[in-house]
Amino acid sequence: MWATACHPKFSFSAPLMLSLVPDHKRPGPMEPPMDAVVPTSSSMQSPGYACRNVASSSSLQARTHVNYDVKGDVAVVRFNSPDSKVNTLSKQLQSEFTEVMNEIWANEAVKSAVLISAKQGCFIAGADINMIESCKTTQEVTQLSQEGQKMFEKLEKSPKPIVAAISGSCLGGGLEVAISCQYRVATKDKKTVLGTPEVLLGLLPGAGGTQRLPKLVGLPAAFDMMLTGKNIRADRAKRMGLVDQLVDPLGPGTKSPEERTIEYLEEVAIGFARGLANKTVSHKREKGLVQKLTDYALAIPFVRQQIYKTVEKRVQKQTKGLYPAPLKIIEVVKTGLEQGSEAGYLSESQKFGELAMTAESKALTGLYHGQVQCKKNKFGAPKQEVKTLAVLGAGLMGAGIAQVSVDKGLTTILKDTTLEGLGKGQQQVFKGLNDKVKKKNLTSFERDTILSNMTGQLDYKGFDKADMVIEAVFEDLSIKHKVLKEVEAVVPPHCIFASNTSALPISQIAAASKRPEKVIGMHYFSPVDKMQLLEIITTDKTSQDTAASAVAVGLKQGKIIIVVKDGPGFYTTRCLGPMLAEVVRVLQEGFDPRKVDALSTGFGFPVGAATLIDEVGVDVAAHVAEDLGKAFGQRFGGGNVELLKRMVEKGFLGRKSGKGFYVYQQGVKNRSVNSSMDEILAQFKVPSRPEVCTDEDIQLRLVTRFVNEAAMCLQEGILSNPVEGDMGAVFGLGFPPCLGGPFRYADSLGAKQLVDKLRKYEAVYGNQFTPCQLLLDHANDASKKFHH
Amino acid sequence: MTSMLSRAIRSLPATSTWAVRFSARSFSCSPLSHAAVQPKSKKTLAKNGVKNIVVVDGVRIPFLQSGTSYADLMPHDLARASLQGLLNRTNVPKEVVDYIVYGTVIQEVKTSNVAREAALGAGFSDKTPAHTVTMACISSNQAMTTGVGLIASGQCDVVVAGGVELMSDVPIRHSRKMRKTLLSLNRAKTLGQRLALFAKIRPDYFAPELPAVAEFSTSETMGHSADRLAAAFAISRVEQDEYALRSHTLARKAQDEGLLTDVVPFKVPGKDMVIKDNGVRPSSMEQMGKLKAAFVKPYGTVTAANSSFLTDGASAVLIMSEEKALAMGYKPKAYLRDFVYVSQDPKDQLLLGPTYGTPKVLERAGLTLADIDVFEFHEAFAGQILANLKAMDSDWFAQNYMGRKSKVGAPPLEKFNKWGGSLSLGHPFGATGCRLVMTAAHRLKKEGGQYGVVAACAAGGQGHAMIVELYPQ
Repeated sequence: MWATACHPKFSFSAPLMLSLVPDHKRPGPMEPPMDAVVPTSSSMQSPGYACRNVASSSSLQARTHVNYDVKGDVAVVRFNSPDSKVNTLSKQLQSEFTEVMNEIWANEAVKSAVLISAKQGCFIAGADINMIESCKTTQEVTQLSQEGQKMFEKLEKSPKPIVAAISGSCLGGGLEVAISCQYRVATKDKKTVLGTPEVLLGLLPGAGGTQRLPKLVGLPAAFDMMLTGKNIRADRAKRMGLVDQLVDPLGPGTKSPEERTIEYLEEVAIGFARGLANKTVSHKREKGLVQKLTDYALAIPFVRQQIYKTVEKRVQKQTKGLYPAPLKIIEVVKTGLEQGSEAGYLSESQKFGELAMTAESKALTGLYHGQVQCKKNKFGAPKQEVKTLAVLGAGLMGAGIAQVSVDKGLTTILKDTTLEGLGKGQQQVFKGLNDKVKKKNLTSFERDTILSNMTGQLDYKGFDKADMVIEAVFEDLSIKHKVLKEVEAVVPPHCIFASNTSALPISQIAAASKRPEKVIGMHYFSPVDKMQLLEIITTDKTSQDTAASAVAVGLKQGKIIIVVKDGPGFYTTRCLGPMLAEVVRVLQEGFDPRKVDALSTGFGFPVGAATLIDEVGVDVAAHVAEDLGKAFGQRFGGGNVELLKRMVEKGFLGRKSGKGFYVYQQGVKNRSVNSSMDEILAQFKVPSRPEVCTDEDIQLRLVTRFVNEAAMCLQEGILSNPVEGDMGAVFGLGFPPCLGGPFRYADSLGAKQLVDKLRKYEAVYGNQFTPCQLLLDHANDASKKFHH
Repeated sequence: MTSMLSRAIRSLPATSTWAVRFSARSFSCSPLSHAAVQPKSKKTLAKNGVKNIVVVDGVRIPFLQSGTSYADLMPHDLARASLQGLLNRTNVPKEVVDYIVYGTVIQEVKTSNVAREAALGAGFSDKTPAHTVTMACISSNQAMTTGVGLIASGQCDVVVAGGVELMSDVPIRHSRKMRKTLLSLNRAKTLGQRLALFAKIRPDYFAPELPAVAEFSTSETMGHSADRLAAAFAISRVEQDEYALRSHTLARKAQDEGLLTDVVPFKVPGKDMVIKDNGVRPSSMEQMGKLKAAFVKPYGTVTAANSSFLTDGASAVLIMSEEKALAMGYKPKAYLRDFVYVSQDPKDQLLLGPTYGTPKVLERAGLTLADIDVFEFHEAFAGQILANLKAMDSDWFAQNYMGRKSKVGAPPLEKFNKWGGSLSLGHPFGATGCRLVMTAAHRLKKEGGQYGVVAACAAGGQGHAMIVELYPQ
């Protein structure tokens, strides 16, 4: 079980660290510095010191982040970061927390304590990212880590039992607080998640987490948590031993359910705190047989060594050595277990400091900030909320869009032209939801209730109530025009028409519309329920309100949204075009698809470039390449489109037809190269150019064309900012997350280096590699950066 | 901590009671107490053009804890005994009965229309049709109101309604996989086919399926939901134990004073005559306090002692149009007046039926809470009753969840379940409704009241409330 997925699953479905929050107020100049109030451990127990502390703190400063009151003999400590939906372990919060705990430890009348959040839906969401980002050196970050370690060690060794009452997100540093306590009580609802998402930011749990987690949940589970960064729901946390007790969420009483639930959580936690203090409750949990056996096995050094080795091998395989954090996590855990906790804590803080300074961590943190930015509606609230959504076309995309809409509470109509197509689409939606039932994310009743909001039909019945129609019909302009006209004849005037096309310019589709201001592009990525990106395309005529509505719907569907201007291929398809053209050229030059795949995944792409063509569909790739070729001319050349067309003729459409560059067979994991391709490849073979054919050159030929095109999109105003460019590339196209996106990559590599490479390839291949003006500007002025 | 908290909470109502007593004493110079002189909003609930429907009389066999004297019987045996008891009590000629309706929850598959099987064996005419209804704990309420409907619409004049439950024996099924295999076996023609099917059977096929007292929609057991409900309304363990103790104490008192006249003795074949309910056990707070939480472990507040227990029993009432009853020379016990069924969120408000039903039925009848002399509410759990009382007394709840401007108010305890309730007398799911109606009628007569409200919650998040009006003496 521990050996499951150790890879920070960025790829296409990066479960990014939604819960750590950056837009948090940093301590202002008026607030006291932290070191002023951290006492030494010897003075902690001294009543005199504490009295002074109480007196000074209550009279001189009002606490804004942490407060407490005493109920009987139990102190209830409440976290409440001001002006924020979540609590973060900022310097201010930490210092107030230290103060409060010192008072509690010194107060003879208090026998135990409960830590709880005053906010609904968040215990502590993690450390303050800005606090880490603002550090300039490894030493600074290491020191932050050590301060946290010290504080949490005091919690762990507290003579008065401390119970963490967890409701909502308990992540990163928040989890480290919780596992330092003697006991944990958590509400059993969907909002309550525990986890160590640091790895997703290229970091490691830096406040004792790497040392305490293995002791609490066992080595395998601890590795699983720390290496994947996944969120763990309360019920699973209970089974793992991560929390000791669960509290069911309550319904309405004489207060709102949320308010009363957190009160109840507090009451229950107080009960356990008191029980721990008077020894009627034991914090030792009973271990099952499996747990006992595992513990027994792990006591054997040889077994532990094997585990380290296996986990390391897995991480190496999955990260290709591109992500330093997972390896450091293994190292730190190992140090703690093999050389004692002192060495472990030291190693943890040092590696934490080192990781924070890596380019990978900065790239991943950048993506995190980008994600927050792309989860906002910059157009404001739409005039009319979309409540009823109609989707045209029940194919893979249409059904996917219907699924992510209906399960968010939108009344959804799924329309197709044939009963067979409709049936398939409905089955896809059912399956999508039923998979959630199997994973216990939904109950079968919730699934049925959700599905009752979706109607499948062949006609336009009920479209008079539709607030938005998203078409996902065949990619053919005349068909799009036909459905647009049909739709406009039946929908109300306010209804928005959105096209889910990957390449057809929206303005051309809108040309057939009576109300082009209501026409917009919503480019989803397949599979819709897994891919996080939504590319929204506005034309010159699209109204602001239409854009606001589209973004609002996308956000409701849980998407990361970039909004781009209309043009051939918009942003994402346009960037992908030149790269795929280069892939075809590389293949024509005689490189094996496996080699191309290995080079691209070795660079950090989650899916190999040849495989990507198979996944997208060879026909689609050919179609798009031809269209973009027409629009952009020679610059989009390189590989010969005829090669793809020949594949289509032969029926090698990629995964969907079972054959492409590879042969796909049900149940066969290690697919083989399609040997029938040899003939086609031979036919289109071109001589390779040894001066630009090293492994690195091939990687860079693919990537530089991508980056150059992305920069051109920014230059032409297709993209409104580099952040969206990075987000689109990473979340829509699988651009290596460790590089943070094309713009962050250009910054970190240096525009100068990038231009030099492009010039080198330009000398061989011509204008396909001519750097765009924006890149040249950046290359000429080292102070110019896309990200600041 | 629970006791600390509860003490704090308990001290509030305690002081207010004192305050009331004190003020009552200070006004003792006034000649009559307020309650006695307060005029009713309405003299009667008779409506023009609507038939008056009366309950002539009703009986029940003693309610027993499951697994005791009725353990070897079948559900229709209990129903039969209640029907025979009704025949004996009322002497109604069997050919006069137009229709029989019974309520039941967990059905014995062999007698799925238990009403018919019981009627056939109870000496009713085989020309009297019978059907069975189910609506969880308000099944016999549904049986009675079905009868009311049949009479009101002129289809019938005389209906027997009742309910039955036998928790000593419930259908336990083979697993779905096993059932599928066994059913395929029926269709298998050759020995080879049969053997092939047998070969498919795996050990897990033998795991039986037990009927659960759990919501199908939420998979939550009712006790668990009750514990959450009690917590939502901040009702302490001590309050719940106190209420349960009250129920048992009052039931014992009613038993001792011979007030439970709806009980008819039942001679169980091969066993002694059963003459009274056997679940009434007044205990002490100390004893009850020792019990561990039964559902939300380890810190919950609902225990075996403050929950209703699994019960076997059956009940029956004779319902007629008023004119028919008078024509036959009966002196009816009560009118069955307005009634409502309500339903709400089966997860978080599973057991709040009375809260939703009571104000609605009062409004329908044009009465206020003060007009009601007798409240008979089904006690599923002490916590559930106390939660309902709190909910009915909360403006916040009324406004935010019931779409009402203000609360209806909580029924005063001195009018509430005075002769015990489901907690102490027992709760055969399908049979409780008739007991509530008969107890309300008997109490109205004994206590000199006019209007009673009967209310109950039921699985599925449903509820029922009905006005019972004393038949003029």
